[in-house]
Amino acid sequence: MEPGSRETILEVRGVSKRFPGVQALAEVDLSLAAGEVLALVGENGAGKSTLIKILAGALRPDAGEVRLYGCRSELASPAEARRRGIAVMYQEFSLVPALSVAANIFLGRETSAVGVIAQRGEWRRARELLEQLGAANIDPRTPCRALSTAQQQLVEIAKALATDARLLVMDEPTAALSPAESERLLAIARGLRARGLGILFVSHRLEEVLQVADRVMVLRDGRLVAMRPRGEVDREWLIEAMVGRRLEQEFPRRAVAVGEPRLVVRDLRRGKRVCGVTFSIRRGEVLGLTGLVGAGRSETARLICGADRRDGGTIEVDGRPVELRSPRDGLRAGIALLPEDRKSQGLVLSHSVRHNFSLPNLPRLSRAGWIVRRRERCELEHWLSAAHVRIAAAEQPAGQLSGGNQQKLLLARWLAARCQVLLFDEPTRGVDVAAKFEIYQLINNLAAAGKAVLLISSELPEVMGMCDRILVMQAGRIRGELVAAEATQEQIMRLAVG
Amino acid sequence: MRSWQVVHRGLALLAVDYGMSLVLLVVAVGFSVATLQEQPADGPEGGRQLARLLARRYPTGGRVVVVARETQADAAFAQALADGLAGSPIEVAAEVRGRPAELRHVLERLSAAPERIDALAVHPAVARWPLLQELPGEFPSLRHVEVLVPRSHVWPSFLKADNLLNIANQIAVIAIMAVGMTMVVIAGGIDLSVGSLMALAAVVATRLIRDLAGAEQAGAWQMAACCVAAMAICGLMGLFSGMITTFAGIPAFIATLAMMLVASGLAYMTAEGESIYELPEVFVWLGRGADLAGIPNAVVLMLLLYAAAQVLMTRTVAGRYIYAVGGNREAARLAGVPVERVTVLVYVACGVLAGLGGVVMASQLKSGAPTYGQMYELYVIAAVVVGGTSLSGGEGQMIGTLLGALLIAVIQNGMNLTGVESYQQKVVLGSVILAAVLIDRWKRRLWQRV
Repeated sequence: MEPGSRETILEVRGVSKRFPGVQALAEVDLSLAAGEVLALVGENGAGKSTLIKILAGALRPDAGEVRLYGCRSELASPAEARRRGIAVMYQEFSLVPALSVAANIFLGRETSAVGVIAQRGEWRRARELLEQLGAANIDPRTPCRALSTAQQQLVEIAKALATDARLLVMDEPTAALSPAESERLLAIARGLRARGLGILFVSHRLEEVLQVADRVMVLRDGRLVAMRPRGEVDREWLIEAMVGRRLEQEFPRRAVAVGEPRLVVRDLRRGKRVCGVTFSIRRGEVLGLTGLVGAGRSETARLICGADRRDGGTIEVDGRPVELRSPRDGLRAGIALLPEDRKSQGLVLSHSVRHNFSLPNLPRLSRAGWIVRRRERCELEHWLSAAHVRIAAAEQPAGQLSGGNQQKLLLARWLAARCQVLLFDEPTRGVDVAAKFEIYQLINNLAAAGKAVLLISSELPEVMGMCDRILVMQAGRIRGELVAAEATQEQIMRLAVG
Repeated sequence: MRSWQVVHRGLALLAVDYGMSLVLLVVAVGFSVATLQEQPADGPEGGRQLARLLARRYPTGGRVVVVARETQADAAFAQALADGLAGSPIEVAAEVRGRPAELRHVLERLSAAPERIDALAVHPAVARWPLLQELPGEFPSLRHVEVLVPRSHVWPSFLKADNLLNIANQIAVIAIMAVGMTMVVIAGGIDLSVGSLMALAAVVATRLIRDLAGAEQAGAWQMAACCVAAMAICGLMGLFSGMITTFAGIPAFIATLAMMLVASGLAYMTAEGESIYELPEVFVWLGRGADLAGIPNAVVLMLLLYAAAQVLMTRTVAGRYIYAVGGNREAARLAGVPVERVTVLVYVACGVLAGLGGVVMASQLKSGAPTYGQMYELYVIAAVVVGGTSLSGGEGQMIGTLLGALLIAVIQNGMNLTGVESYQQKVVLGSVILAAVLIDRWKRRLWQRV
């Protein structure tokens, strides 16, 4: 597909944006034609979000211009951008959970007669839109909170289509999806391209970028460092362009002798989500747990750390059975969970880095209920640098950190807590390439220190590259165990789909 | 810690609520200007001033007549004047305490007597009596007698020491209750029952003193035990609210709304619908006494509580946990914070402090009535919110609440002084609460952008 041969929808010329202390974008140019998928990649903090916000009308550039259909456009507000045919799907969904699918799709553009919404018409049109996306199984009348993540994503897309958008910006659309669901989403994106939409596709998953994009642009430190057709790029080149240096390898090597069993889980069960899970992790071992979203992986981890009560089963740490009624008991037994969603379950975003770091460590950092501030400062400095967390100040709110640094901050907190068993649920989701590498190294260091690590991940290369053994879960059960060194993606997927 | 560090930290703490301190300052200056007026020196200060004046005037000695009315302020004036003259060569020929007729009687006697009178030292209110204007005509022999009055000065009524102490005293009860409320709100909850709990504590404490501790003959320790018992009952009610919200998952708004009705009903039942007055005189020590440099005991108690709460919230594990539970409950739970225990305990603390507020109020009014504390929950919540604590939890400062409570009290007091009617006062107060919160929000957004 030749970009030049079709109508150019979007042109960005010399756009710059400065925030106090940081040049978020510096003279970025790009153009996007109808029926083209342009992938935008870059590390966290490279300026992707700023660029998206400018296109969405949420931010005004300091310099440069945005041209739509050949005319210079001032995108003064999100509403203006929507009117001009730009639809943005953010990482965080903008759906109202209590409203129906149809109501969400037409939110703000209801067709009404004397203030009364013509519901039947909306349902019909919503169904048409969803059918176009191959999602006829979604009933437009169900409330959005009853939908799975993948289904909500489709509703987001339907919402964009309902505005007759010409340009669709997808910000990490597959971040929360399982491999199969991601595959379907990519197929839908291709379908939309065939219908003449221009798509700006932002993703950390380089395989997807290589699958779906016509051209790839790489941002680094706010500058456009490369713009190439897909045929001229490969994975290695992309990583190099994003990081600005050559990564020796994607997954760091680990040479750890595996010892006695540390964590033994027998016949763990809770409701229909976890039905009799048995496994063990030994000292110095990294055990992978993979499967589709909803297979019961996160639920299993939550049972092991005490976040949820189990219906049955036993958990032993270093040969001693542990009774868990809360995560507090879990921590006492030496089990820590790095939760799936660091923003809603991991950090208190409005609180400082220092407070977030100390929270689970306070019993150790205090004497008779009084916080010993010297000890707190000392440990904070030590573990932040051990985990390569980059911050401006210890009093900075954790919400201001980039995704990678937020995750490393949580890791630093658990490193300090000296737990024996660490459960990592999607530790590299939404994290840039360089930070990913650092997280892998930290996991290896933990293993080298004799800890037992459970690594839950949907990214198969990650599981295969990082783990000693891999468990595959499906419908609440362990479907198989593979030795990572010998496993293939096909084998894993076959087990995962059941 | 070095002293400059202490100063620096203090300033930083103030800067957190910079907006609120600024508003407070502006309002205080505004009321000071509006209430700027002539202040007659009619208290002990006037007496001392007059004594100095006399001593300068008659360095070698003289005979004066002191004239004052029969009010308490006048008595203080006369006493200070007498104290000031003690040991000086000036002799008080007579001291008149009463009405013009009595003064006339004394003057008649003196004008007939052979001893010379040099001056009349009079209270500012006495100086306006017609009798004194007509002195030379009525008593020719006293023509040379000077009438000396202490000089008045211009000063805002708002800034008079009495008035400032009055503000502090008025706010003490609400501010004490707001300590507990701040903890609850920071932990992500709300407690609507504090007004009723306060009435319950006042009634329970006074009834226990009346029925069990010997009414007017009750001893200090017995009274203290009764008050502690009343506060403990409020703490139990708080425990109940906390348990329902935590373990039954009922929203705090509903649970404490129910407790508000329950506590109010219990207060009426305990008091059998009446006020309880049979209390010993010393019971007012907490509410009306002023043992420390003239600062009311209730205010001292309030300041101590704020200092303790500030330390609790910033220096202890418990404080960190309270902030974390309000900031992100699930994240706190997964980080090993005993979320349920923390939530229940802040409601208990809030109940106990509401009870303490009730005890202070009963002591101030020397009675206990189930009608106390109506609408107080709203004033308390207003103080917390005006002080910059977010109702969504996880954010806030104790010192902000104190400033918020002060702002509300200052505005009420200032409006009373400037003669604003009570209906209009409500409108103004409501607008001020809105404005304060808006300013705070705006300031925060500004700060976040940088």
